[in-house]
Amino acid sequence: MARAVKTQRKAINTALAWAVGLLIFFPILWTILTSFKTEAQAISDPPVFLFFDWTLENYAVVQERSNYMRFLWNSVIIAGGSTILGTIIAIPAAWSMAFVPSKRTKDILLWMLSTKMLPAVGVLYPIYLLFIKLGWLDSRVGLIIVLMLINLPIIVWMLYTYFREIPGEILEAARMDGASLREEILYVLTPMAVPGIASTILLNIILAWNEPFWTLNLTAAKAAPLTAFIASYSSPEGLFYAKLSAASVMAIAPILIMGWFSQKQLVRGLTFGAVK
Amino acid sequence: MATQHSRSAARLMMAPAVFLLLVWMLVPLSMTLWFSFRKYLPLRGGDLGWAGFDNYVRFVTSSSFWPSVMTTLMIVGGVLVVTVVLGVLLAILLDQPMWGQGVVRILVIAPFFVMPTVSALVWKNMFMDPVNGLFAHLWKFFGAEPIAWLSEASMQSLIMIVSWQWLPFATLILLTAIQSLDSEQLEAAEMDGAPPLARFFHIILPHLSRAITVVILIQTIFLLSIFAEIFVTTQGSFGTKTLTYLIFQRVLESQNVGLGSAGGVYAIILANIVALFLMRIVGKNLDA
Repeated sequence: MARAVKTQRKAINTALAWAVGLLIFFPILWTILTSFKTEAQAISDPPVFLFFDWTLENYAVVQERSNYMRFLWNSVIIAGGSTILGTIIAIPAAWSMAFVPSKRTKDILLWMLSTKMLPAVGVLYPIYLLFIKLGWLDSRVGLIIVLMLINLPIIVWMLYTYFREIPGEILEAARMDGASLREEILYVLTPMAVPGIASTILLNIILAWNEPFWTLNLTAAKAAPLTAFIASYSSPEGLFYAKLSAASVMAIAPILIMGWFSQKQLVRGLTFGAVK
Repeated sequence: MATQHSRSAARLMMAPAVFLLLVWMLVPLSMTLWFSFRKYLPLRGGDLGWAGFDNYVRFVTSSSFWPSVMTTLMIVGGVLVVTVVLGVLLAILLDQPMWGQGVVRILVIAPFFVMPTVSALVWKNMFMDPVNGLFAHLWKFFGAEPIAWLSEASMQSLIMIVSWQWLPFATLILLTAIQSLDSEQLEAAEMDGAPPLARFFHIILPHLSRAITVVILIQTIFLLSIFAEIFVTTQGSFGTKTLTYLIFQRVLESQNVGLGSAGGVYAIILANIVALFLMRIVGKNLDA
C-alpha cells in the first residue's frame, strides 16, 4: 500500500520533471530540428515538427558562404589558447596558496576574485586603445591574452579548491623520503591533481568559447570567433532561419557536449567554493 | 612546517599570476579614471584638455541616464525574481526520486552552455518574430493578434531571454544546496505532521538562504554587464538601453571617451558595491 503510493508519487514527479525539462530544452531542440529543414519549411504555418524532408543543405551553405571553418578555428585557438596559458600561470600560484599558505593568502585570493568583478565596459576604451597601440586589434593573440586575464581568477580559484583537498600528510611523507620540491610536484602532486586540473580546463574553455563582450568588440574579420560570426546574422536578408539554425548548432554543439561532462564542476567553478 | 626555502619558492610561484592581474587591473582602470577627467573626442580633435568633473555631471544629467538606470534595475531585478523563484521550485522538483533524473538534469542545464549571441538570435527570430516566429503561429492558432515582442514588449522579452539563460545556473546551485539538506530532518517533520508548505518555509527555505544569496550576488554581477543579448536584438532601442549599453554607445559609437569613461567609473563603483557583499560570504567560507 505504502509502496504503491510511493511509486505513484515517483511517476508524477517523473512526468512533471520531464515536461519541465523538455520545455526548457525546447528552444535548443527547435533550433536543431530547424537546421535540417528547407527555408520554406522553417517558417511554415502550422509549424512542422518531425515530418519534413530532412536535409543537410543548410550546413553546406553556411560552410560555403561564410567560411565557417575559419570562425570555428578562431574559437578553438582563442578558447583553447587562453585556457592553457591561464592554467600554466595558475597552477604554481594555486599550488603555493594551497600548500604554503601565509597570512595574506586569503586576501590575495579575494583580491583576485575582485578583479573578475570589474565591469568590462568600464575599461572598454583603454583596452581598445592599448590594442590599437600594440597592433592587437582583430588579432587572436590579443584576444587570447584578454580572455586569459578575465578567466585567470576563476582558474586560480578552482585549482585552489581542488588542491586544498589533497591531504598535506602525503606531501610531508614524500618530503621525509627526501623528495625535492620539483619531484614533489611532479610525482606526488600532479597525478592526484589531474582530475581537478582537467575539469578546470573544461569549464574555462566553455567560458572563453561563449565570451560575448570582448570577442564582439575587439575583432572584425580576421580573428572573429563564433560569437561574432553568429552576431552577423542579426541583420538578416530574406529567408534565413534554417541557415541561422545550422550555424547556431555548429557553434554550440561542441560546447554543449563538453558542458554536460563538466556540469558537476560548474557549481564549484562559478560560486568560488561558496556553495558545496 | 613550511621551511624558509619553500616560503620564498611559494612567493615566486605566485608572482606571475599576481603581477599579471595587478597590471590588468591597474593600467586600464587608471586610464579610465584619467580619461574621465578629460574632454576627449578621438574623432573630433582628440584630447582637448582637462574637464574637471564635467563628464561626471554631464553623464548623470543627460536625458538617457535615469532611463538607463531604470532599465538596468528592471532587467537585473526581473531576471533575479524569475530565476530564483523558478530555480527553487525546479531544484525541489529535481531532488525528488524519479526515473531518468540524469537526463532531465542535462536538459535543464543545457541553456547555460549556449553562447549569448546564439540564444538571443534564436529567440528573436524563431520565437519572437511577429510574422514567422513560433509565438506568432501559436497566437494566430488561438485567434489572437501576434505580438511584436521585441518592440511592443521589449523589456519582458529581454527578461525572458536572459532568464532562460540563467535559470540553469540558479537551479544547479540550489539543487546542490538542497542535496546537502539532512533528509532525516525532513522526514521527522513529515512524521510530526508538518504540511508540505510548512516544511518548505521552515526547513527548506532557511537551509537554502545562503545559496540563494550567492546566486543573487553572482548573477547580479553578470547581469549588470549583459551586452550581447541587447546588441543582437534591440541595439538599445525600445527602452532597453542599460547602463552598460549606454556607456558602450558613448565610447565606441559616438566616440566621446571622456563622457563614456565617467560612465564607466559609475559602473565600476556600482559593481563594487555588489561585489563587496559577495566577497564577505566567500571570505567567511574560506575560513571554515
